[in-house]
Amino acid sequence: MDRPLRLVAENPLDQLARTLEALLVVASQPLSSAELADAAAEDAERVDMALGLLTERFAEGRSGIVLEQVAGGWAFRASREAAEACGRMFERPVERGLSQAAMETLAVVAYLGPCSRPEIARLRGVAVDSVVAGLLERGLIAEAGREEGGAVRYRTTPLFERVFGLESLSVLPRLDDLGDADEIRGRLEELAEKRPA
Amino acid sequence: MAVPVRELELDLEAFEGPFDLLLALVLRDELDLGEVDVAAIVLAFLERLAEREQLDLDACGEFLVLVAALLELKARALLTGEDPDLEDLDPAEAAAELARRLADYRRIKEAAAWLFERLDEESDRYFRVGPAPLAPRIERRIAPQDPNRLAATIRSLVAEPPAVSLAHLELRFPPVEQFLGRFRSLLARRNRFDFDSEVHGMTRVEQAVAFLAVLELRKGGEVELSQAAAFAPIRVQRNTETKPERNSAWTARSA
Repeated sequence: MDRPLRLVAENPLDQLARTLEALLVVASQPLSSAELADAAAEDAERVDMALGLLTERFAEGRSGIVLEQVAGGWAFRASREAAEACGRMFERPVERGLSQAAMETLAVVAYLGPCSRPEIARLRGVAVDSVVAGLLERGLIAEAGREEGGAVRYRTTPLFERVFGLESLSVLPRLDDLGDADEIRGRLEELAEKRPA
Repeated sequence: MAVPVRELELDLEAFEGPFDLLLALVLRDELDLGEVDVAAIVLAFLERLAEREQLDLDACGEFLVLVAALLELKARALLTGEDPDLEDLDPAEAAAELARRLADYRRIKEAAAWLFERLDEESDRYFRVGPAPLAPRIERRIAPQDPNRLAATIRSLVAEPPAVSLAHLELRFPPVEQFLGRFRSLLARRNRFDFDSEVHGMTRVEQAVAFLAVLELRKGGEVELSQAAAFAPIRVQRNTETKPERNSAWTARSA
C-alpha cells in the first residue's frame, strides 16, 4: 500500500456541527439559528441540517448534555436524569419560591404584555409594585418602553421562556382552554370529599 | 329543635355542600366569593326555617352574623380600591363590569396555575444562566494600513505645537508723557486747540490716554477746558494765570 487508507468518510456537515457545538457551549443564552449561521459564516440551511445532527447526538438518554429548542433559540442543558445531582450542587434562584401573586403577575405579563403596573393591578385587584420589582430582580420580566401616559411597560424575558421550558410565548395555552366551570366544580367536590368528618 | 346553620345544605351554581364547608373554602381562598350567590344561601336558609314551624332565634342570629360577614367579604373582594370608572355606571352595568373583571381574573389565576404546573414539570431541566451578554458584533472592517503613514501620524502628534500668540489680547498704552509733551508744545505755539481734532485718527486707547494727559494738564492748572454742550468738541485753552489752581472748579460746561 503506497497510500494510507481512509477508513471513515467524514460527514461534510460534521465540521459545521462541531463549530455550532462550540458556539452553544460558550453561549450563556439560547442562540437562534440565524445567529449561529452568522457566527459560523454558513448558510442557514446547512446550519439547520447540522442542528438536526446535533439534536440527535445530544438527546435525552444518549448524552448528559441535551440540546433543546427554547426561548426562540437553541441551547444546551443538563439531561433530566442528571437533575438530582445538579440539584445537590446548583441552586435555582430564578424560580425558587415564586408566590401565587408573582405567578399571577407573570401570567398577566406573559399573556397581555407589554403591559404597565396599573394594568396588572387592575386585573389582579391589588397593587403589584413589590411583585413587579421582585420579578424584575429575578430577570423574568424586563422593561419594554412606556405607555403614552408615561407608565413603564413590562414584558417577559427570554429567561422566563427558558425557565418554563417554552419554545416561545406562542406555545402558551389559550386562556379559554385552561379548564372550565365543570372542572372547578369537580375540584370543589373533590375538596368536599376530602373534608374530615 | 335548632336549625343547624353550619350544616345547612346548599346547592348553588358555584358550590354544592354544607354551609360550613363553603365558609372554609372561602376563608382559605379556594373559592371565589365573587361566584357565590349569597341570596341563594339566604333563600336556602329561609326554606329550612319554614320547614319548622317555630322561629329559632339562636339559629337566625348565627346565620345573620355569618351571612353579614360573607357579604362584607364579598363586597371588599369585588370593590378593591377606588375605581372612578365604576362610579358612573348604573348598578346593572357595574355588576356586568365586575363580572367581566372577575372572569378576567379567573383566567389569569388559571394561567398562573398552568405556569406553576409547567414549572414543576420543568424543574429537572438544569441549564447555565450566564450573565455574560453577547459581544457586540463589529461590522466595521479596517482597510489595510501603511505602517509609515501610521508612524507619520503619530510623529505629528508627538511634535511640540507652536506657541500660541497672545498679541491680539494685549492693550498697548502709550505713555501719558508723550501726549503731555505734545500738547505743551502745541500750546506753546497756539493759545487753544480743539481736543477732538487733535486726536482724530488715533486708536481708542490712544484717545483715552490723550484725554488723561489733558486732565493732567488741567490738574496742574496749565489749561482750562470748555465744552459748548454734551458731546460737543472739547476746547483746550492755555491758562494765562501762571499760578496753578489745584482746587479750581471745572470750567467744562455742559448744556
